[in-house]
Amino acid sequence: MCLAVPGKILEVSGSDTTRTGTVSFGGISKEACLAFVPEAKVGDYVLVHAGFAISVVDEEEAAQTLEYFRQIGELGELEGKP
Amino acid sequence: MKFVDEYRDQAKAEALAQAIARITTKSWSIMEVCGGQTHSIVKYGIDELLPQAITLLHGPGCPVCVTPLELIDKALQIAARPEVIFCSFGDMLRVPGTGGDLFSVKAKGADVRIVYSPLDALTIARQNPGRQVVFFAVGFETTAPANAMAVFQANAQKIPNFSVLVSHVLVPPAMEAILGAPDNRTQGFLAAGHVCTVMGFEEYLPLAKKYHVPIVVTGFEPVDILQGIFKCVEQLEQGRAEVENQYARSVQRTGNRPAQALMAKVFRVVARKWRGVGEIPNSGFALQDEFAAYDAEARFGVAGYHVDEDSECIAGQVLRGVKKPQECPAFGTRCTPDRPLGATMVSSEGACAAYYQYRRHQQTSLAAGKRS
Repeated sequence: MCLAVPGKILEVSGSDTTRTGTVSFGGISKEACLAFVPEAKVGDYVLVHAGFAISVVDEEEAAQTLEYFRQIGELGELEGKP
Repeated sequence: MKFVDEYRDQAKAEALAQAIARITTKSWSIMEVCGGQTHSIVKYGIDELLPQAITLLHGPGCPVCVTPLELIDKALQIAARPEVIFCSFGDMLRVPGTGGDLFSVKAKGADVRIVYSPLDALTIARQNPGRQVVFFAVGFETTAPANAMAVFQANAQKIPNFSVLVSHVLVPPAMEAILGAPDNRTQGFLAAGHVCTVMGFEEYLPLAKKYHVPIVVTGFEPVDILQGIFKCVEQLEQGRAEVENQYARSVQRTGNRPAQALMAKVFRVVARKWRGVGEIPNSGFALQDEFAAYDAEARFGVAGYHVDEDSECIAGQVLRGVKKPQECPAFGTRCTPDRPLGATMVSSEGACAAYYQYRRHQQTSLAAGKRS
């Protein structure tokens, strides 16, 4: 139920509580309310839940998560564990 | 899809699983709070990648599952009225009440509609000024900003034929109820990533300290979940009990402030009854007085209704991580997704439904929560 899907903002219109955007989810476009992400702009990725963007995806943090296994893998070797 | 596919990478998931095995020296029980995580864990077999010493407990993280029977009954009563268009997220329609579910009411002629967003229900209200449009506002903190916005806009745009049946619950009080129970088995938590996207994670700091449990805010894809488990096991092995954030691409420490501001304007914190668990103080939302005119319970006179739950269903114990779905004598026989006894068998995020879909052919060796 708390599913939120990342999509890319293609267009922004309106302001304040009626701020709305067209968001592309892997090529499928849907309208989403952008009132809770006032900082989001065209080209940003947002996480959308029940028609509302609830966060702007932080691309640096996203990349770090994918490198984490490498960090801990290296740590294991450094510690000389099997 | 960007920010999804790369977190399902098998090689990375296996590397994390190996890293978890490398650091694990004792038995640990970790609870994932969110039903979306439960679904991912069972679907991808993440628990089966883990060393035997790690047991994953499936928490009360599915709003559909914890909505109390009496609220389902209220929904059925309201939906059956001829003047009402009853709007809901799709997964609420098959949740059994005392006398059927929303689908059965719809089959008898009621106007029950599935919507994607609460704003869609508001649009239906605008288009049907002669009808009463009621939205079933269920959910955790993740969904509360959306539902708050629908009520806020109804008020701002003066749409008098719109109302909400509120069944909002909050995650941290439920986690505290689990930790404080005498039969608690949970030693560490994976906190729900999207709940924390909205709320941040500062409210977990006192919980981690008071009960000495690590709490790792975690995402939903296999790589996220395995990384969350790694961080949790690492803390347990080192005797630490801190709040960590695995899901930093979405979650900030203080959460989404504009969303919190609107939630606080529209909702106030109240005690809520959780299906299978009972009443938990300060564990849900009701409408603020300023928005009381949009309360469907008052509008349709169903506020005083109470009902007790089926005694055979062990959903309450499953939701608290005390039992696994297969330990229920009714699992897969008298209780199936087509004829559910309790809500954990209804929603695809409910632990019982997830086990039924992906695990029902496995032998009872899993019943103790261990892999052979």
